[in-house]
Amino acid sequence: MIKAVMVMNTQGKPRLTKFYEFLPVEKQQGIIRTVFGVLCSRAENVSNFMEADSIFGPDSRLVYKHYATLYFVFVFDSSENELAMLDLIQVFVETLDKCFRNVCELDIVFNYSKLHTILDEIIFGGQVLETSSAEVMKVVEEISRQESASNSIGLVTKTVSGWRNR
Amino acid sequence: MGSQGGIGQSKEFLDLVKSIGEARSKAEEDRIVLGEIETLKRRLVEPGIPKRKMKEYIIRLVYIEMLGHDASFGYIHAVKMTHDDSLFLKRTGYLAVTLFLNEDHDLIILIVNTIQKDLKSDNFLIVCAALNAVCKLINEETIPAVLPQVVELLGHQKEAVRKKAIMALHRFHQKSPSSVSHLVSNFRKRLCDNDPGVMGATLCPLLDLVNRDVSSFKDLVVSFVSILKQVAEHRLPKTYDYHQLPAPFIQIRLLKILGLLGSGDKQASEQMYMVVGDIFRKCDSSSNIGNAVLYQCVCCVSSIHPNPKLLESAADVIARFLKSDSHNLKYLGIDALGRLIKLSPEIAEQHQLAVIDCLEDPDDTLKRKTFELLHKMTKSSNVEVIVDRMIDYMISINDNHYKTDIVSRCVELAEQFAPSNQWFIQTMNRVFEHAGDLVNIKVAHNLMHLIAEGFGEDDDTEYTHLRSSAVDSYLRIIGAPKLPSVFLQVICWVLGEYGTADGKYSASYITGKLCDVAEAYSNDETVKAYAVTALMKIYACEMAAGRTVDILPECQTLIEELSASHSTDLQQRAYELQAVIALDAQTVENILPSDASSKEIEIDKNLPFLNDHVERAIEKGAQPYIPESERSGFSSASYLNSQDLHEVPPSHGLRFEAYELPKQPSVPLTTPPVSIGSSNELIPVPEPTYNRGTQAAVSLPSSSNAGPAEVKLRLDGVQKRWGRPTYSSSSASTSAAASQDTINGVTPPDGATTVTPAISKGRETTYEPTRKTQQAVEISPEKQKLAASLFGGSSKQERKSSLGGGHKTAAKPTGGHAAEAPAKKMAAPVQQPPPPDLLDLGEMTVATTGPLIDPFKQLEGLLDSVELASSTKNHVDVSAAKGPDAMAFYGDSATTVEQGGHHFSSIDDVDNLVSGLSSATTDASSGGGIPTSQLTTQNSKGPNLKDALQKDALVRQMGVNPSSQNPNLFKDLLG
Repeated sequence: MIKAVMVMNTQGKPRLTKFYEFLPVEKQQGIIRTVFGVLCSRAENVSNFMEADSIFGPDSRLVYKHYATLYFVFVFDSSENELAMLDLIQVFVETLDKCFRNVCELDIVFNYSKLHTILDEIIFGGQVLETSSAEVMKVVEEISRQESASNSIGLVTKTVSGWRNR
Repeated sequence: MGSQGGIGQSKEFLDLVKSIGEARSKAEEDRIVLGEIETLKRRLVEPGIPKRKMKEYIIRLVYIEMLGHDASFGYIHAVKMTHDDSLFLKRTGYLAVTLFLNEDHDLIILIVNTIQKDLKSDNFLIVCAALNAVCKLINEETIPAVLPQVVELLGHQKEAVRKKAIMALHRFHQKSPSSVSHLVSNFRKRLCDNDPGVMGATLCPLLDLVNRDVSSFKDLVVSFVSILKQVAEHRLPKTYDYHQLPAPFIQIRLLKILGLLGSGDKQASEQMYMVVGDIFRKCDSSSNIGNAVLYQCVCCVSSIHPNPKLLESAADVIARFLKSDSHNLKYLGIDALGRLIKLSPEIAEQHQLAVIDCLEDPDDTLKRKTFELLHKMTKSSNVEVIVDRMIDYMISINDNHYKTDIVSRCVELAEQFAPSNQWFIQTMNRVFEHAGDLVNIKVAHNLMHLIAEGFGEDDDTEYTHLRSSAVDSYLRIIGAPKLPSVFLQVICWVLGEYGTADGKYSASYITGKLCDVAEAYSNDETVKAYAVTALMKIYACEMAAGRTVDILPECQTLIEELSASHSTDLQQRAYELQAVIALDAQTVENILPSDASSKEIEIDKNLPFLNDHVERAIEKGAQPYIPESERSGFSSASYLNSQDLHEVPPSHGLRFEAYELPKQPSVPLTTPPVSIGSSNELIPVPEPTYNRGTQAAVSLPSSSNAGPAEVKLRLDGVQKRWGRPTYSSSSASTSAAASQDTINGVTPPDGATTVTPAISKGRETTYEPTRKTQQAVEISPEKQKLAASLFGGSSKQERKSSLGGGHKTAAKPTGGHAAEAPAKKMAAPVQQPPPPDLLDLGEMTVATTGPLIDPFKQLEGLLDSVELASSTKNHVDVSAAKGPDAMAFYGDSATTVEQGGHHFSSIDDVDNLVSGLSSATTDASSGGGIPTSQLTTQNSKGPNLKDALQKDALVRQMGVNPSSQNPNLFKDLLG
């Protein structure tokens, strides 16, 4: 399963962190710092994989991808395929890109809850749920439509019309 | 949408984010955040906050916590928010609580009710949000509260909800398998859900379940295979494509499951061959995800019952990975090679160049993976090069975690494959010197043992040569600053045992060195203890030899200092040393016979020499001893318990201490003949503490019979053992030693023994457990000869097969052994030690023939590549021919699925799946012509010829030739 998802910028500031197994806040911070330290020391043009046993305990691996000012980091165990995880990062970023049109760090900072919404549609309880960014976008749009509706009317819409079957 | 600021975020939040972003230091950031916390604390309690504002506050709380500050003051507000009716706030609330709380948090109790309600909501988005929270927040105790609803949601009309409900159940299963064990059938049912997405989600829990218990899911093999076939044939709707590949994540999961199900099961594996072969052909190797699927195929092939054709395809894929420029693919290639190497060792040979490349790559991840592979490939013939490499790498890194890992690997390989003891000792010295503190103490004991025993050469000169070379090397090293404690212990022990043995060094020189060590590491008690014991042994040796002992002044000071030490252990050792020095030569010779470390100490756990004494005591009226297990009722008395606790603190370590005994005045130790009915209290009290103590110390099944009197007797026995060791005669040695005798006719100087000299008491307990492992490493001469002939033969054979035709000449000389092998195997010990002697000889021939073979070797290399190319051509042909076949599968599949459907609980569902899948017919026809790209990548071969030649030679080093035989070549190539 996937143990954690982290997005941090190149200065080591966390932009999004989600741990699928509970860790106390201090531990999370320690991990973020360690991971950042390790990522910084990686040269260009090396593989995107790393053993993360020393950071996350036995049987942990880490895949990261560097986009502009951001590192996207997924931590997972041996039941996942490294290359597939790398593509999952791609799916996540593609979705963000669709959602924010040319996503940049600021979008991520300012749309914190939306980011979580998107991530929750892709990874659910540590397992890969959906890998099509179009599908994810559909759900996210539906959510924001209903949210704004419920917000203005103040009532939950009883019917679900916008949802289409594939 | 989605511009900066998002939906309704206030200026305040933007300013917060901005100011944190611009903070120059951590302190400044903290100041800003603390200010923000104050603001939020104030704001959150204000009445009548608008919803939009409230949501923002909570988001700000989450943000603060992500930055590492405590936001617990606001948790309750997040919980409150989940109760809100509007989706808008509810979702935010759920998001916050899943990030804030763990499953055991006190506030969870306030949420469970809301979750229950929301799971029944009409709005599927609310249901989804609740399911999300369920995954994170429900623990073992609260599972029953939500389980019925979650199970009900498995039949929800929305596939998104069904998917998440499956995942939630999976989560429950992970947390507490027993709570959902009765629901496994649900997973099976969902496997044939209408919606492929739900089916894909079901594979997650099934993978877990199969992993736990393969046998109960064998019936699903057919279904998995047919699903995989349909997916691979592009029969899912287009929306499941990812980079033109049909549902790759589902394919990967299915391949994983099939790998598990087919492992060691020929029948199941045969059902998979076709579909896996199809995927090999169809998969697009130009995209990342395509390679991920291919890699998973290789993993699957290496795990199921081997099939030559598939292995060939897998080897092709690995070749492509390794030749790729991408480090990611190389990494996977190395990993896959490691998996496949067990099945077909010969494929490693084709890729040795690439492996060397990876080993020299600056990428740490790749390097480590490569070491992992080498670890799997190690044989006695290449161990020197590999271990050398590993140690060099180990020295170069700082990461203690990985250092420990690689050290244990080095040690394991060295112990398993060491070609000579000199090499072993030198290797161990390097390991200890650079990573001594990370080495398991057992390794040190093994090393001492090896030095004491040798590898079991018959030749006495060889034997002493080993020891003196060890002494030499240690005297050289001993002056180095900051040696690890473990290493110093070894050094002290060896110097004590063999420092003066060959007469090269005087006793005063060695003792001086030992004193220096004890002084330099004065806060390390273990080292000091070893040093003092070593001193004692040297003095004893001198005295026994009839020389006068002059104790150096610094030794004298050391002894005095230690006899006043806080550590009782050190004190005792110091006093023992003083006592030994005061004795006459004859007694010393008896107490500490020279070279006693390699003698067997027989422990008769029944202590039969005490029987007389015990009987006498019983005659005098002592109570017979009742074993602890047969005693009853003593623990029920609370008084006894408290007594017990007082006198024996809960730590188990203390119970092993013999010193404790005299401290109990109530124990009738000093007055053995206690009358039988003295008092009911008195007798049981000593028993628990005392008997446990001795039992542990002597590890003695209590088989004798006296009460308190016997207590004393036992103590005697124990002390006696410590005071004056009883060495067993060689006739009473272990069965291994006995068999040696019969084979050889000569009593070997070494058998299975403890390493410590008997007098260093208290250490016995630590040595007991290590003896087994020592025996594994320890090698007796006969075993070794046998092993050499057996092992040499078989390892040569192995090498021959692993190298293809390259070294036929080298393998020939051992042919004779191979014939004998089966006969001898019966007698062979289970654990095979490395065979230095004969193998060395054998390797000489390899070394000399090596250069001669070069040209052929090269030719072969060329041939290989041609073959490779042609084989891919074949593949293309085959796949082209398969074009029409694909259509045939297509027609078949309906029936196969229905076959599989017998296992499903409802046939309706199966029909649905089939109809759903076959609706996308157009996609299938595009299956035929993919693999053209394979051919083009295939022929791009390595660097230029000269490089290749050089590397080839190096490769042979790694793979075949022992470096010691041709050191120059080795030096040139490896630097």
